Amino acid sequence: MSKEVSYLNMNKQYSYVGKSLKRTDILDKVTGRGKYIDDLKFSNMLYGKLIRSTEAHARIINIDTSEAEKLPGVKAIITAKDVPSIKYGLSPARYDENIFCTDTVKFYGDKIGAICAVDEETVYKALKLIKVEYEVLPAVFTPAEAAKEDAPQIFEEFPGNVNTEIHLEFGDIEKAKQEAYYVRTDRLVGQRTLHGFIEPHCAIAYWEGKRVHIHSSHQSVHYLQHHIARIFDMKEGDVRVTLPYVGGGFGGKVDISGVDISAVALSKITGQPVKMFFDLEEVWLNGRGRHGMDMTYTTGVTKEGKILFVESETILDGGAYSGLGVATSYYAGSLLNVLYDFDNYRFDAYRYVTNLPPCGAQRGHGQPHPRYAFESHLDHIAEDLGMDPIDLRLVNARKANTVTPNGYEVKSYYLTEANELARDASGWKDKKGKLPVGRGIGVGNGGFVTGAGFCMYRTDLPHSIGMIKVYDDGTHAIVYSQAVDIGQGSDTVLTQMAAEAMGFPYEDITICTRDTDLATLDFGAYASRQTLMAGWAVKRAGEDIKKKILIQAAEMLKVKEDGGYRSGKLMPEELDCKEGLVFVKQEPGVNITFAEVARAYFVKHGVLVGRGYYHPGKLGGKHKGAAVGTSPAYSSATQIAEVEVDMETGVTKVVGTWDVHDSGCVVNPQLLHGQVHGAFSMGIGETIWEKVTFDEKGKLLNGNFAEYRMPTALDMPHVDSLVLDTFEPNGPWGVKEVGEGATTPTLGCVANAVYDAIGVRVAELPLTPEKIWRGLKEAREAKEKEGK
Amino acid sequence: MANFVVDKNGIKRYLVTIKVNGNEYTKMVKANSLLVNFLREDLDITGTKKACEQGDCGACTVLLDGKPVNSCMVLTLSVDGREVTTVEGLASNAKLDIIQEKFIEHSAPQCGFCAPGILMAAKALLMNNPHPTELEVREAIAGNLCRCTGYVHYVEAILDAADSQ
Repeated sequence: MSKEVSYLNMNKQYSYVGKSLKRTDILDKVTGRGKYIDDLKFSNMLYGKLIRSTEAHARIINIDTSEAEKLPGVKAIITAKDVPSIKYGLSPARYDENIFCTDTVKFYGDKIGAICAVDEETVYKALKLIKVEYEVLPAVFTPAEAAKEDAPQIFEEFPGNVNTEIHLEFGDIEKAKQEAYYVRTDRLVGQRTLHGFIEPHCAIAYWEGKRVHIHSSHQSVHYLQHHIARIFDMKEGDVRVTLPYVGGGFGGKVDISGVDISAVALSKITGQPVKMFFDLEEVWLNGRGRHGMDMTYTTGVTKEGKILFVESETILDGGAYSGLGVATSYYAGSLLNVLYDFDNYRFDAYRYVTNLPPCGAQRGHGQPHPRYAFESHLDHIAEDLGMDPIDLRLVNARKANTVTPNGYEVKSYYLTEANELARDASGWKDKKGKLPVGRGIGVGNGGFVTGAGFCMYRTDLPHSIGMIKVYDDGTHAIVYSQAVDIGQGSDTVLTQMAAEAMGFPYEDITICTRDTDLATLDFGAYASRQTLMAGWAVKRAGEDIKKKILIQAAEMLKVKEDGGYRSGKLMPEELDCKEGLVFVKQEPGVNITFAEVARAYFVKHGVLVGRGYYHPGKLGGKHKGAAVGTSPAYSSATQIAEVEVDMETGVTKVVGTWDVHDSGCVVNPQLLHGQVHGAFSMGIGETIWEKVTFDEKGKLLNGNFAEYRMPTALDMPHVDSLVLDTFEPNGPWGVKEVGEGATTPTLGCVANAVYDAIGVRVAELPLTPEKIWRGLKEAREAKEKEGK
Repeated sequence: MANFVVDKNGIKRYLVTIKVNGNEYTKMVKANSLLVNFLREDLDITGTKKACEQGDCGACTVLLDGKPVNSCMVLTLSVDGREVTTVEGLASNAKLDIIQEKFIEHSAPQCGFCAPGILMAAKALLMNNPHPTELEVREAIAGNLCRCTGYVHYVEAILDAADSQ
């Protein structure tokens, strides 16, 4: 069985924070009662789909919708001429996506238009009647093709098809090179993968006068509202976004997918609610998953293994549009210095546009591939130096209260302890180098930002606002936040935090989230930000309530004239409130219920509301691109995997996994371990099986769950999830992230375990049976040749 | 074969009577109607989720005469006169099934989209094999994809439910 254990326990005992309380949404989710976007129906609702390109790169000559329009039940068909011509995206410097293609299509599946009809069947029939005439243009499907001198230009604004180019250098590489005892270069390749959430994108929009109301499956109500308002030249106040339960996201529901925009446009034209939905293949065509990355690292070390310098070059396959890809490119380099403490670092990156679906952010944004590559590279350096791989990591692990050469301030950081605990828990010393051929053990380190230091677009808005309202009679409270629970459990941990801060029972609090009209600002679920950022806002709102309650209670409570600890009028500072009871700290027997006090407050002042605010303020890093990577807090983690590889067939089975996480104060241990389990599962899939593939014309080949092979229950080993319950000064109650960081070490540790098992480095993910078989064969043949 | 009427376009609509969660429903359906759509669209019983529509993900798993099936792969017409149980049919008189209770206790679902399917697959397992091994549990839910949980809490919850029956 899997283990779940906490170590260190630096936190004080709290009433609700630190406890595995029942999820707020759990009853809805086990009874089928909870509504997801596709479960919603509105009176008179129409159904719609996008019209997609069937060429990878082509000029649109003509779009003939006449036959489709004649089909009974078809209500509207729109193309570029019917919608605003404004370009959008997620990085303001690279707004490069049109609502529908205006002139050229840029990948197989690009958005040409949208259609809506009375039912799904009519929509599918009508789609087949739409004829698009193309002038096919030469296309590029890899960065290498895109980089050729005579390559076709996909975008005018990206000469040479280079979408993002980064050159960063810190310290003195040349000097460090002189001092290095040993220098090694390795090149490794990470593949295109996809988020793999089960619920496809879908959106429903309808107009209420000048306001539009959008229901969607998304990771941020705020960004969706912001971009819809910008695209349709509306006031943000005229755009309402509501999310029902969201069936997973992992970064794939941050971008504007097209269902949202076209639902807004089509409902405007038809005057009816319009539901736009993706089938599963369209989830792949929408893309925005992990970039393919080709990574080369050159590292110089001392005799003892201390890293003196790292030079790295990363080539990213961006696909057709920018989306979040500019940030991905920076993230690919910006956090290596957080993990390992060295002064001299060069990071060069080139993100190329290609005629494939766009890549973007996927769990651990920009980290898992570079971590995989560098952790593999480190294992080779350790081997060459005759060192244990974990010892090499311990020599270089960053310590708490340090500053990285790229200017990031790292407060709490327990990577050393994570490595030591993972080593001891996994039985590393008895296994490393001692397992039979075909069985191996590997280590990987990782971590992530706990929220990005900046909003995705330029703004002076706070990052999170919390509000809590207490019922008139004081018996119930509502927490408001636009934080988005996509399954990770933010509704639950924010409710726990509100309960703790207010001193009010957890079970008497309801949380109101995922609605721009009803809840208060939060940027949403990305960059592993909500526990810390929305957490601060909710904590402060709870403390605001508690302050008002204590002032009110001081007027109501009386200390005994004699026999008490003192007599006379009480001051609020002499009181505290926990679990719904206000009491005198020196004399807890003198108390009154929260509800009584809150009711008295209501009678005297009106509604009892608490307000909280969070802005990370100015954070470290001054260089260009510093905004991607700067964060109030950094998590760290060590993972170890043990694998069995069939030396005949190349089939890999992961047989044991250990994760030690430095996540600050753990608000809900059960939910934290759940994050680790899911992250490990995704990482194992990405290491061994998963890859998005295309044919030679750029047509998607495996946009389904049969051929895009994700781990099943039979593939998953037990996971020993060990958490360092630490304290982060920049987090409320000392919290840090877990959700995204937990995927970052996995690819490296599994790949290193496979290397340990077979003695051959397969330097390109995924580590399929075929690649392992070929790797073994080539190694065998090379050895035979040498022997001759 | 079910009775049918022919509409003005020559399309046949068949009269089917299907028992869902103990209640009988009589409806007219086209020959291409899928059970998942019949449940979700015609009956508005939406606990059963629809995702891949190809029988790969198991989100739409329901019990058909006590056996787990992907309802996206079943024609409604073929279910005429038979009995379907969906996630809504697990609890009786507001009392949750032991598997539901254990899913809550172990915090098994995260986003929850796969949960109804996994519940039904687990229910089918425990009805036929009240004391499964861990491997049998894993095999029983191997057709249900989940991206959030790594199946860890699901497997533990189902084994715990078996022990608590």
